[in-house]
Order: sequence, then structure tokens, then C-alpha cells
Amino acid sequence: MSQDIVQDSLEAPLGATAERQAVVGAAGATPGKDWVIVTRGIKREYDMGGEIVRALRGVDLAIQRNEYVAIMGPSGSGKSTLMNVIGCLDTPNAGEYWLNGTQVSSMTDDGLARVRNKEIGFVFQTFNLLPRASALHNVELPLVYAGVPGDERKRRAREALERVQLGNRVDHRPNELSGGQRQRVAIARALVNNPSILLADEPTGNLDSNTSEEIMRVFEGLAEQGQTVIMVTHEPDIAAHARRVIVLRDGLVASDDRRSTFVEKLGIPT
Amino acid sequence: MPFLEAIRLALQQIWVQKLKSFFTLLGVMIGVTFLIAVVSIVGGMSRYMTDQVVGKIMAVNSFELRSRPNINLGEMSEERWRELRRRQRIRETDIGPVADALPADVKWAAVGNDNLSAQSRYIAKPRQVQVYTVTDQYFDVKKMVPVSGRLFSPQEYERGMNVIVIGEDVKNYFFPALDPIGRELVVRGIPYTVVGVMEKQGSAFGISFDKFLIAPHKSPLNRYVNAHGVIDAVMIQTPSRDALLSTMEGVRQVMRARHHLRPSQKDDFELETSDSALEFWNKIKSYLVFAGVALPTVGLVVGAIVIMNIMLVAVAERTREIGIRKSLGARRRDIMSQFLVESATLSTVGAALGVATGFAFAKLIAAVTPLPAAVELWSVLLGISIGAGVGIVAGVYPASRASRLDPITALRAE
Repeated sequence: MSQDIVQDSLEAPLGATAERQAVVGAAGATPGKDWVIVTRGIKREYDMGGEIVRALRGVDLAIQRNEYVAIMGPSGSGKSTLMNVIGCLDTPNAGEYWLNGTQVSSMTDDGLARVRNKEIGFVFQTFNLLPRASALHNVELPLVYAGVPGDERKRRAREALERVQLGNRVDHRPNELSGGQRQRVAIARALVNNPSILLADEPTGNLDSNTSEEIMRVFEGLAEQGQTVIMVTHEPDIAAHARRVIVLRDGLVASDDRRSTFVEKLGIPT
Repeated sequence: MPFLEAIRLALQQIWVQKLKSFFTLLGVMIGVTFLIAVVSIVGGMSRYMTDQVVGKIMAVNSFELRSRPNINLGEMSEERWRELRRRQRIRETDIGPVADALPADVKWAAVGNDNLSAQSRYIAKPRQVQVYTVTDQYFDVKKMVPVSGRLFSPQEYERGMNVIVIGEDVKNYFFPALDPIGRELVVRGIPYTVVGVMEKQGSAFGISFDKFLIAPHKSPLNRYVNAHGVIDAVMIQTPSRDALLSTMEGVRQVMRARHHLRPSQKDDFELETSDSALEFWNKIKSYLVFAGVALPTVGLVVGAIVIMNIMLVAVAERTREIGIRKSLGARRRDIMSQFLVESATLSTVGAALGVATGFAFAKLIAAVTPLPAAVELWSVLLGISIGAGVGIVAGVYPASRASRLDPITALRAE
């Protein structure tokens, strides 16, 4: 009872609920085909040793094809949980999640695995490459699980590596590559299956500022080519590269700004 | 994931950690080693028994009419022993009616056998030899041919002359560096002229089959080999295996009639085939096979536990890898099959090594002992499939644990 009051008081100042709902549409309705991601009232709670943690308290989001979005927020704001839900690694307790016109919030494990394989390309802060496999094999992996035959797999993996300027590093193992190169291998891996969204979680968190810039240019280039990019970060100057910035606070969307206004607010020169 | 790809991946994984993998598959390897070694040696002994021992004692497609069994299996009851003691002997007068009842193409020979002391003028010390007195078709039935000299002539058979043929060992002992043909051997004070030396018969379990001398049935030797009017056995050989049973039945009817047996009474004589000789071996073999399978099973169980343990460690160590694979779209069954294939491959490699060392072991035993070893294809296949089976069984639990890992938790693992 008391918790409901707290939640209401948190939601109240945001005010824009009705407005956002107009964008995301009514519950159960299939979004238009321009919308890659539509979430309606997504809630995610964890039971941490008897204590209920409400990571997401009803997130409404709508992201169009070809958008370049940054999701920001202080730690504990629920941005990692949101990323896991968007990336189909986690399922919400309540609410709807439509990815590319399909409702994925109620899918089985194997169904989600398939969606991750076909629709989502992950780029992680810690790269998450297989240490003992070559760059080429790492990039091949999503194609292996997609059941693409060997020759085609190798060809497509090579192409993806060339897209990130690593055509000359295909046989190198991750420990033979620099941090920036590793992250580019990870980007190539994320792109190799032509996913609907590229989902990056603090992609520059483990990189120095020069390399960060280099990686951000890669994302920029991909966004310009029409790739939908969603990036989770807590660094404003990284978020500044995106054209839209969504800020989460206490498991709810606190602000949703197009680039111009956001950059003005932060006072970061373009 | 395609199957071959999974195996390649698994082999890679094994190769990366060579020493650890080796210790892991040691249990399976030892299990399979013993399995193969025992199967090869038992198989070799089996062939040896069939070809060498029984084949030497008994001729092909033949049976022997005897009063009491020549080969006794296991323990005999008091009652059975009494019954055997009461049996009447096979008599010379039985030979005629039995021979008359045989089809024309069946060969037969009356045989008497005893262990007697022989002596020659060239060697001071007498020696025990196996003495046989036989009728004319004996050598034909046993497929025995002389390497020097000749067999007995019809007259020698007919008149029961003092002639003998001898085995290789007898020649070597009594006539060292001499041509035995035409020389004499003395048995029970009576000299016998050697007319032939027979081809080497070989040995089984260190017992030579060449310590014999053979005389015609009617020769004076028969008196020392058989009691008066009595013979040890009639050896009967049919031209094919099919004719064996009907011929045996014919002989049985003749003997039952001669012994005036009522239908309710059992036979009071034996018709022994090579099968009854092999029965004894088969009994031993079943124990050996049981031990040969039971002992390696212990090794395999230990091997399975080790593999399961190592796979659990592998799953724990590679939690992050599992998370990465899941995030890239691996389904439960992809992860499951990856680890299952890995554990099956590990264990199959162990089994393959076990097959190799097992054969080496069997060959070694064959080389240093009189026991032979036979390489059997089915035991290779059995060893390999046991290996794969052990790996799959041991891998199920770790693999299913891996497949059920939550991708988010797994990705966070160090």
C-alpha cells in the first residue's frame, strides 16, 4: 500500500505519461512497421533475498528504424535491466515488448535465443569475445547458431571484419589485438547477422579516450548507413554522439530528448 | 551447431588442455584397456581350444563311442560316479554290429589307449609314452600322415604284427641323431619295429601331442592297452556335419539294443563329440568373460565420474563463454549438445587409446606367455561405443546445467 503511494509520487512529476502512451499506442496493438522497438508499461522486479527490487516500474518507449539512441541514467536507474529486456536476455514481469512487429515479452527461452540471433547485435563493455578463438571464428559464431553453412559463414564473417577495417586481422586471437580492435571485432560480430538493432552496453567503458573516439566513429558510420543503434552509457560525452537521449531514473523514463535540446542542456559543443 | 563442427571444437578443447584431458580420460582408458585385453585373450584362448586342443584330441565331424566319458565337466556326484562304475565296457564284439549299422561313407576306427613305459637300446632310461592300438582307418580319420617311413600295411593290421609308428617326441628321445625307421622300441619286454614317424602334432598348454606310439589293433601291444575283449573307444567320422546326428542316433540304437535297455532307461555308454569337449571350455570361458567385463566396468564407472566432475568444472570455468554463446543466439540444445559432444569426444578418445593399449597389452601377454591373443573387430567397436556411451552418460548432467544457465548471470561471471 505504502509502496503504491511512493510509486505514484514518483510518476507524478514526469507528467508526460498520457503523451508517451499516445506514441507507443494502446496495449495489445501491433505497432506500425517503422517502429523497431515499442515497450508498454514494462516492469521488472527482482527478489533479492526476500527484498523486492523494482528495477523497471513501467517503461514506455518507442524507437524508430534508423534511430541512434543513447540510454542514460545513474547507476540503479534500471538502464542495464532495460538493456537486458530490449536485448531479449531477460523477460519483463509485466508489460509488452514489441520488437520489429513481434511481441517477444512472452516468448520461451529458445524463442528468445532465436530473436537474439536474428534481430539483435550485442556490443559489450568487456567485449565478450571467446579468448581462444580467432577474430574470424568469433565473428562467425552468430552465423553458426543461425545454421549458415561453413563457406558462406566464412565469407560473411570476413566481410563484416572488413567493414570495421580489420580485414587484415582475421586470424588473430583477442589477446593479440588492442582494446579498440577487440571492440571492433565485437562490432563485426554484432553486425554479421544483419540485426534489426545494434545494442551497445557501455561500449567505450574499457577504452581510453582516443580509442573511444575511434569506436564512436564506427557507430556513427553505421548509424549513417541506416543501422538502428541503441547505446547504454553513463558518460554524457559518449551519449552526445547519439541523436536521441533517453534518461532513466528509478526505473522510469525521466526524459526523452532529441539531440539538439540535449546537447544544449549539457553544454557540450558539437 | 553441426555435428562435425562440434566434434572439431571438442577436439580443440581437449588439445588445448592436453595433460588435464589425459588424466581425465585415464579412467575410461584403463577400463577399455582391460576390456580389450581380456576379450582378446579369452578370444585367443577360445580359438586355441577349438583349433589346437579339441581339434587335436577329436577329429572333425567325429564322435567317439565310449563306456565312460573321456572328458568330465566339473564335479561329479557320488551317484553319477557309481553309475559310471557299474557300466559295462565297450567290447570287441560290439564293433561288428556298430560298423554294420554305419552308412558306407562313414569312417570308423577302434582305439585303445594307455600310458606305458617304453625303452630303446640307444637310451638307457625308459620313458612313459602314450600307446595307441588302432584299426586301419584311424590315420584317415585323424588326418595324420607320416613325415618319414610309412603307415601299416593291410597284412600288418590283419596279422597284428610288431610294427609301430611314433611321434616326433618319441623319435627325438629314443633315437637321437638316428634314423628310427627299421629300429626297435621295447614295450613290456616285446620289441616293435618302427616303420614310420608321424607329422608333428604340436602342443596345448605345454602338453605335447607328440609323445605317442601307435600299433595295429591286433598287435601284442593291445593286450597291455586293453583288457581282453574290451576296447576303449570306437571313433566314428561322418563326411559332413549334417550326417553326424543321424549317424550318432543309429549307433545309439545299436548299442541300446545290445545292452538290452528299456526305453525308460538312460544310455549306459557315451557318444562324445568335440562339442562335449568344448562344453568344458565354454564353462570356463563364461567365468572369464564375466570377470573380464565386471572388472573393467569398475574402471569405466570411475572414468565416468571423473569425466562428469571435469565437465562440471568446465561448465563452471566457461560460464562466461556459455553466456556469450547464449547472447549470440545459442539455444539450450546448442549448449547441451556442445558439452555432450565434448564429454563424449573426451571419453571416446580415452576409449580409442584404451583399445590401442589393450591390444598392445594382449600382444605382450601373448608374447611372454603361451596364451594366445586374437584381435576381434567387435571388441574394438564395443570399446569405442562404450567410450562414447560413458561420455554421454557422464556428460548429461553437466551439459544440462550449462544449458539452463541464465545468460545475464553467465555473462557477468568472471
